[in-house]
Amino acid sequence: MNFLPNTDKDREEMLKVIGVGSVEELFSDIPSDLRLKGDLNIPPGLSELELAKHMQELASKNAAQDYVNFIGAGSYDHYIPSVVRHVLGRSEFYTAYTPYQPEISQAVLQSIYEYQTMICELTGMDAANASMYDGASAAAESVTIAAGMARRKRALVSSTVHPETRAVIRTYADAHDIRVEEIDYKDGITDTGCLAGKLGDDVACVVIQQPNFFGALEPVDEISAKVKGAGATFIVSVNPMTLGLLRPPAEYGADIVVGEGQVFGNPMAFGGPYLGIMAVNKKFLRRMPGRLVGMTTDNQGKRGFVLTLQTREQHIRRERATSNICSNQALNALAAVVYLSWAGKEGIRQIGEQCVQKAAYLADRISRIDGYSIAWQAPFFNEFAVKCPVDAGQVVESLLEKNILAGYPLGRCCPGLEQYLLIAVTEKRTRQEMDALVAGLEGLA
Amino acid sequence: MRSPEPLIFEISKPGRRAYSLPELDVPARDVAELLPESEIRREPAGLPEVSEIDLVRHFTRLSQLNHGVDIGFYPLGSCTMKYNPKVNEDAANLPGFNNIHPYVPDELAQGALQLMYELQSYLAEIAGMDYVSLQPAAGAHGELAGILIIRAYHRARNDMKRTKILIPDSAHGTNPASAALGGFTVVEVPSDERGGVDVEALEAAMDETVAGLMLTNPNTLGLFDENIQRIEKIVHSKGGLLYYDGANANAILGTSRPGDMGFDVLHFNLHKTFGTPHGGGGPGSGPVAVKSFLEPFLPVPTVVLEDGKYRLSYDRPQTIGRMKSFYGNFLVMVKAYAYIRSLGPDGLREASRDAVLNANYILRRIAGYYDVPYDRHCKHEFVISPGKIKKETGVRTLDISKRLLDYGVHPPTNYFPLIVDEALMIEPTETESKETLDYFADALIAIAKEAYEDPEAVKSAPHTTVVGRLDEAGAARNLNIRWEKPE
Repeated sequence: MNFLPNTDKDREEMLKVIGVGSVEELFSDIPSDLRLKGDLNIPPGLSELELAKHMQELASKNAAQDYVNFIGAGSYDHYIPSVVRHVLGRSEFYTAYTPYQPEISQAVLQSIYEYQTMICELTGMDAANASMYDGASAAAESVTIAAGMARRKRALVSSTVHPETRAVIRTYADAHDIRVEEIDYKDGITDTGCLAGKLGDDVACVVIQQPNFFGALEPVDEISAKVKGAGATFIVSVNPMTLGLLRPPAEYGADIVVGEGQVFGNPMAFGGPYLGIMAVNKKFLRRMPGRLVGMTTDNQGKRGFVLTLQTREQHIRRERATSNICSNQALNALAAVVYLSWAGKEGIRQIGEQCVQKAAYLADRISRIDGYSIAWQAPFFNEFAVKCPVDAGQVVESLLEKNILAGYPLGRCCPGLEQYLLIAVTEKRTRQEMDALVAGLEGLA
Repeated sequence: MRSPEPLIFEISKPGRRAYSLPELDVPARDVAELLPESEIRREPAGLPEVSEIDLVRHFTRLSQLNHGVDIGFYPLGSCTMKYNPKVNEDAANLPGFNNIHPYVPDELAQGALQLMYELQSYLAEIAGMDYVSLQPAAGAHGELAGILIIRAYHRARNDMKRTKILIPDSAHGTNPASAALGGFTVVEVPSDERGGVDVEALEAAMDETVAGLMLTNPNTLGLFDENIQRIEKIVHSKGGLLYYDGANANAILGTSRPGDMGFDVLHFNLHKTFGTPHGGGGPGSGPVAVKSFLEPFLPVPTVVLEDGKYRLSYDRPQTIGRMKSFYGNFLVMVKAYAYIRSLGPDGLREASRDAVLNANYILRRIAGYYDVPYDRHCKHEFVISPGKIKKETGVRTLDISKRLLDYGVHPPTNYFPLIVDEALMIEPTETESKETLDYFADALIAIAKEAYEDPEAVKSAPHTTVVGRLDEAGAARNLNIRWEKPE
């Protein structure tokens, strides 16, 4: 199957206008020894019917779709309202390019402006961009910006930041010879003593996550005071779903807020596409990577929206741009703006409350099982670590029989935590499902 | 004429709601008992309060203010705005691809892993390369991965003096930006009078301090660099590597392969070449492909097949690390996989051939009305300039582009590449019919004539859009990037 409208007759007429005898002649500038001899070795084309069937078969091989999911660790199983898919299905949105021609791109531009506003409202920050690839790359780009602005070459990252975020930070930092050092954790949260010991006037920035990778709430005021005292940039990675209920990071002094926006209307989808949230205070506005939409007027005085401060970007500034980012995650940001419009001022708080209540219920039940305990005392939002009587990987394995994905075994990323299981709860999990998890855990004690 | 749509905040009304939640089915506890009081938000976030019908009408009306491939022609150069097949969207919406957490055990995601494994091998074959990582989220992200691979390769050989990357002056802006983000100094190589790399200048610039050359071929003028074999020898003989920017790969599918041209590392843009939609700016996907000697440096993880089972492999001690969380923009991969399976080897080759035919056809139809700075057969795109028109009437590229809006087509890429004054870069793609190409060519010809007969009509365009020309300088000067509730 192909999608070519031209007929052979069309092609003949076109060749005549061009003045060549065959399409082949149009390729005469490719040296003959660089021409592919024969066909590409890929499977033959399929009709739509065959393709649809094949894709359904592949999708059905993903047995995980029918399991009850308690895995979080950076991707969360929240309910996605029907309106999200319906709006995203409008091909005016999804078949558009980047809105470089504002007069015929007001939908994309205005929705980004609305998105920027909502992210500012949630985080309390001055400005938000139109999205980064994901939370991890947003964190990594924040580190390079902070180091570039401060002309300092050390970055401190708490070991309670998502391990993959830490890995991406290292990838980006390495290219700029920025030394990334990790701050130890203690009792499931950042060890502020360790932080104080590592801070110095050569530290560009400190990165923490709130709630942290273990689900625990960090002592953000104490950390913030120490970071500010050393003149470093305070970068906070958030789960933005918590911000309906928790105080905005601007209130505790965050300079740059990043986060994984998947939670707002985007499916888990085996890890992507998601969207990286980035919001900054005024000081960082002109160094922020990515697209930014501003309000303006047309030649009749009518309100309209355009891309703005583009001189930060690669298509204008080339090697002196603040980043190389071009394509972003616009459609995922649209999902977020539709989701946040659906939830609204009240809903976002209530969804957060249900997550907290349900997680508290499950943690309480698990803590009563012999051999299990809640790993740390720190308060948590919708995710918490449990110490199991056996290897947590074995726990996960055993519960698969009951069609339950029990959580993320922390031993996979954190040496010494082999018996710890990270469990996430969303508003989607029912009491019955949580009781089934508890029953399964009891069976292993 | 369509009217502007208010902001969602402006239609908000206290007490309205679209959401509903199930009754809490666990014993209710006071949140203040579960979370420290200091951490609880005092003022609710200022999100809008709307009913579901408000929401649906808002975004539906808003959508009607946008152009898209499904509405009309979108000949944006170097962006490959081809038709996005609907069945691929359906495939990407299947619950089996959406309701899987990235950390599920491999055996519960065999379909997803198989799809990724096969896509890795198809892309390697199409590229003429040996190994692929699907992790980068977009073209520029793939460029950065490729640049970091080049850096890691030289460092692994203890060759620390290579601090520069060579980039032609016709390159996409992402190339120099990616090289800089990857820690390199950028050295620009001029183009020759035929639009290719100036080989003598390249030879002079190439030495033991150069890590590699980034090249787009065909380049942003839509021209295949006939000297590619000489270029390859110059760079390799001095120990540099060749990076292929796959942004223009739609021109060569099944006809010529970057790996065979001597490139060592490349990225593809699945959202250009392999028919996945651009989403208003993203998500894309920018897989990176390498020759086998660079495999040790690829990002982790990749998908491997062992004993009939697919699994994620992290075993790569010299890896550049991770480019992002998890495994890449998976649902974009689903669409690209479906696209390649639909077309097969014949379909891909025919797509490229029609893309090139369509571009040459428009070029010939309008050549008498606009300047053609490099007048030879083009590949999938070409660049023209209204240089003479501008000189004689004052009508510029920007004006012509805005006037095209009145014809219901998206303008070509403006003012790029930088080496052509007043550039208009046109890429029709293969999925447009001769009728559409004729309509567009006729429109460009009509505007060229209008520039002489009624230049003001062109300079004040567009006349039919929901808003007129917008004040971009004013937007940057009086920055308003978020809505504030009026006092």
